[in-house]
Order: sequence, then structure tokens, then C-alpha cells
Amino acid sequence: MKLSDSLLSAVSSLRANKLRTALTTLGIIIGVSAVIAMVGVGKGAQLRIEETIQGLGENVLFVRNGTSVAGGVRGGANSKISLTEADAAAIIAGAPSILIAAPTLRATGQIIFGNTNWFSTIYGVGDTYLQARDWQIENGRTFSTNEERSSTKVVIVGQTIIDQLFFGQDPVGETIRIDRIPFRVVGTIRAKGESSWGRDHDDVVFVPLSAARSRLDVGKRYRGNLVRDITLKARSADLLETAEQEVTDLLRERHRIRPGAPDDFYVRNVAQYLEARAKSERTMSLLLAAVAGISLLVGGIGIMNIMLVSVTERTREVGLRMAVGARRIDILVQFVTEAMAVSLIGGAIGVALGLGGLLTAARFGDWPVVISPFSAVIAMGFAALIGVFFGYYPAHKASRLDPIVALRRE
Amino acid sequence: MSVPIIRTRQLCREYLVGAQTVKALIDFSVDIQHGEFVAIVGPSGSGKSTCMHLLGCLDTPSAGEYHLDGQNISRLDADALAGIRRRKIGFVFQSFNLLGGANAIANVELPLVYGGVSRAQRLEQARAALDSVGLADRGHHLPAQLSGGQMQRVAIARAIVNRPALVLADEPTGALDTQTGQEIMALLESLNRCGMTVVVITHEAEIAAFAQRVLYFRDGRLIEDRSTSGVNAVTPTTLPKIGEAHHEAQ
Repeated sequence: MKLSDSLLSAVSSLRANKLRTALTTLGIIIGVSAVIAMVGVGKGAQLRIEETIQGLGENVLFVRNGTSVAGGVRGGANSKISLTEADAAAIIAGAPSILIAAPTLRATGQIIFGNTNWFSTIYGVGDTYLQARDWQIENGRTFSTNEERSSTKVVIVGQTIIDQLFFGQDPVGETIRIDRIPFRVVGTIRAKGESSWGRDHDDVVFVPLSAARSRLDVGKRYRGNLVRDITLKARSADLLETAEQEVTDLLRERHRIRPGAPDDFYVRNVAQYLEARAKSERTMSLLLAAVAGISLLVGGIGIMNIMLVSVTERTREVGLRMAVGARRIDILVQFVTEAMAVSLIGGAIGVALGLGGLLTAARFGDWPVVISPFSAVIAMGFAALIGVFFGYYPAHKASRLDPIVALRRE
Repeated sequence: MSVPIIRTRQLCREYLVGAQTVKALIDFSVDIQHGEFVAIVGPSGSGKSTCMHLLGCLDTPSAGEYHLDGQNISRLDADALAGIRRRKIGFVFQSFNLLGGANAIANVELPLVYGGVSRAQRLEQARAALDSVGLADRGHHLPAQLSGGQMQRVAIARAIVNRPALVLADEPTGALDTQTGQEIMALLESLNRCGMTVVVITHEAEIAAFAQRVLYFRDGRLIEDRSTSGVNAVTPTTLPKIGEAHHEAQ
């Protein structure tokens, strides 16, 4: 018997029992869709961490200004500005786990080149900041020590700025205006791309911190040597927590905060927060894996059960097929094909449901997912295997029937 | 004289029922020639069903020899027997044994499916077989849409679709009324006239009357081999040994 004939025969006998077939596939449907969801969520979580870390730079911590409290009204983050450039210098001097402490000013503003303009984020930073955040110079150069010290009007631009203002041309040597002040472009930044949730890392310009303070509007808000935040780079990933503690202790002491009083700054360890989140996503993945495993097992047993019933019901048919010349292998293949068809149908529906679920999660939930065709192929292959594995025993039983006994069965 | 289609010598079949050995068929020796129409007759328990299972290669003998169309098939395994059944034997059963989910054509082409025949050729042969049983226009009907007589005709078409050397009909009229039964027998008779060897197992004398030769069984033994046309009546004892028979055939 040819395989195509076995398949046709399997499909027709499954169609004869539509409801039963549908119920039998249920376990496989749930199992396979759980597999698809599991892989999608797991990979999504992984991707999000990698992207974020790439966007932030490795082993990065942020210290931000704290909250003002006036008559019980809390002002929100950055409402009480207390961080200074001196704090950054003290951190480098006093926190051994910290490699870089880069004080930063940040503002949004209009950037003009020729007769085009673009609204972007402006960072007032030093070269150490670029190192901490793993920003690489693509063309031109970074700020010189002299430029950083003497408020020179130089700027390094991100890829989005090049696209929007220079239409892809090399901007090094050109002059752009930030807050109406002309700055000379000395370098460009290698693109980091867009994050999976749509944030454009490359929509930035960098000017020296001193220049931002003395020439741009943002300097009016952060008087003296106050800064918006301090970006820290720890010496290694293992030291992130130690670094957080060291910096907290050091800043509390410098800001003269009494024991028990709240910090007037925040130390944010984003990577660690992400790790914790990834852990919960991995737990979710594991849970899905358990659901998948159990459903597939139960689904497989369900298939075996129904196939055993089917063999018993169709004993006469088996006898007849043998009488007209079916060999044992033909009967075996027929029933295994049938079991496999059931589980492949379930697998296909499961893949569709799983992908549908992932797309819904990606669209409406803040849940990073990765749709991989590979996982669909694997899941289908797995479904087929389950069909063969659990279909084999009933099929074997059918193929060993004595044609005489089988023909006599009512 | 050509090689007989069926040649058995001292064919025995014993079953073990509990601790007891039941001899269902004892020392059955017969020659059936190509183109004969033979009825095997006997009451239930006479061994005629066992005989039919052995002749149909559904079962293997406990002792003795069976040559089908010149080939010794007494000691073949299950798959080899399946091959013999597919190529050489067509079965007609009392209860038709059609596949309920398949239409007439699909039922008829079933033996060809296992023979690995191409779809186009299967369809052609199945149509021809249905045509020869007078059901050319019922090819796409399901068994449930056919009458008993029509179902048995489909079963006969299935039995002959492979142009087998031998058609074995086990009580082919048992589930039919007398009139339809007569029609089915007439159909078998006409197939026989076209050169098909037909062996019918029955317990009804009227059915046996269609045959040219009747083998009577009782208590597991062939007790009478009567040729109604009176030409080739032979008693079991005068049959030649198988080796001699081959010699003779050459």
C-alpha cells in the first residue's frame, strides 16, 4: 500500500468520526500551543534583556535626583536636584567597585541644520559617559579633554540625526544649532538601532557637559555644578549590587542624610531589575513547558486510547483488509498513519493557536515575544512523533489479528 | 490435463480448545480444476468453514499439503499468504463486509490498493468489475445506499477485480432473500461460464444445485464428491500423489 493511499484512508476514517477526532486532538492542541507560547515568551525575554543591556551598556547603574516633599506633596523623580559633579568625582574616589562615574545633563530641544530641524534629546556629557554606555565613535572623534574643560561648542551626533538633518551625508565638520547656539560636529556615533519596544537609541546628540551648562537652556535649571544624573559603570556584573550599596552609602554621607531619613536620590540598577523580570518570564516559560509536557503526554495517551477503541471497533474491517491481501505492515502503517494524522491535525491547530496567542500578547500586552518558524516546525515534528509513539501499540495489535477471528467478530 | 487450481492431500486442521484437541478437518484430499464450479456442503461443525479458511489461505494446515495453482502454500508465513490472497483469491462473504465509509468503487478497488496499482488503473479495473456485476451506475453510492443484493454484487465485483484464479464464496446468499439469492447465484454461475473457478460454501441444497460438483462434509471429513454433470467424479482414494501430479502435468 502506498503512503498516499494510507493517508487518504486515514483522513476518510477520521472524517467518519469528526467529533471523536476533534476531542482526541484537544490534548495535542493545548500541548503544542503551549510549546509555541513557551518558546516565544522565553526567547522574547532573552532578546529584551540582550537589547536593553546593549542599549544601556554593560554593568551600568544610574543615580538620579530624588523627590521633593513640600507640605505632603511629593514632587516626583528629579524634583529635588541635589546631585553634583563633585558627587561623581567622590564616587570614583570612594567606591572601589565603580569604574566610571559620568555626570550628565539631559534636555530635549530643537536642532537646526540649514533649513531643516529636528527635535531630539541633548546630552551634556564627557567622553567617560560614552565609554560607560558603550557608545562607539563611527566617524570623526570624541571630545578632547580641553574641549570638555573649556565649554567648546562641539557636538557628536547619533544616526537618526544624520538621517533627519543630513539625509545620510557625513556631518563631520558641519555646524548645527542647538537652542540657537552653533555647534560644530566633530564625530558620529555608531547606531544601536531600535529596541524591541520601539525606542530609538540613536535619536541623540552629545555636547560637552561644560558646554551644555554654560551655553544651553538646560544649564539654567542645573545651576552651579548640579547635574541631572550620574551614570556609573561597575567593574563587573558581579559587583553591581556592591556598587549600588557603596554609592548609596557614600551619597548619603555626602548629602548629610540622617539615618532613617529617605535618600534624596535614586540608584537604579536596570540590568538587575531586568534580570528579575527575566526570571519571572523564565518561570512563566517553565510553567508553560510543564503544561506542554503534561498536555502532550495526556494527549498522546488519549490518542492511544481512541486508537485502541478504533481497532476494536474495526476488527472486521481489519479482517477484510487482510482477506483481500493487506500484509501486517499495511495494517500497521494504516493505523499509525491515522494516529499521526490525528496528532498532526492537533499540532497544526496548536501552532495556529500558539502563534495567535503570541501575536495577541505582543500586540496588546507589554510582553516581549519572538515568533520563530523553527519552533512551529519542531512542535509539528514533536506532534508527529507522539502520534507514532502512541499509535504504534494499537496499530501493532491490529496488525497481529488473525484474519479468521477478525472476520467473525461482530 | 493442466495443473489443478486446488490440490490438497491429507489436509488436516486441529485446534486446541482448552486441553482438548479438536480435529476440524481430517485427511481432506481433492483436486479442483480450472473453470470448475464447486459447492462445499455440510451442516455446521462439519468442517466446511475450516476447509474454506484453508483453501482461502486465511489459515494454515496442521498437516497435509495444499497446492494452489501449482504452488505449495502449506507452510507459508502470514505475509506471504496475504500476497497469495491478493493475487489469486477473491472472497465473497455472507455479510458482504463492505467498508461503510467508502463508496462502491473504493470498496471494489481495495485489493488493488494493496497491490500497489496506480490510481488511474485501479479506477478503470474497479469500473469494469462493477460493470460486469451490473452496477456500473452505482459506483459512487455508499453501501448504506444500496440494497442487500446490490451490496453482495459490489462484494463480488471486489472479489473479481483482480482477476483471481479462484473465487471463494462463503454462504453468499445467507443474508439475502430467496429471490435475490438466486440472482446472486446466477451471477456467480455466469462468472464461472466466463472461465472463473468458483467455490461456494453453503448448507442449502438449492444453492449447491447451481454447482457442477458438490463436496459433502460431515464431522470434519469429505464423505462424498459428486459431480452433477457426471463427468469427473473421483473418489479421494484414487487421487494421484502430488509429486506424480506434477509429473503428469508436464
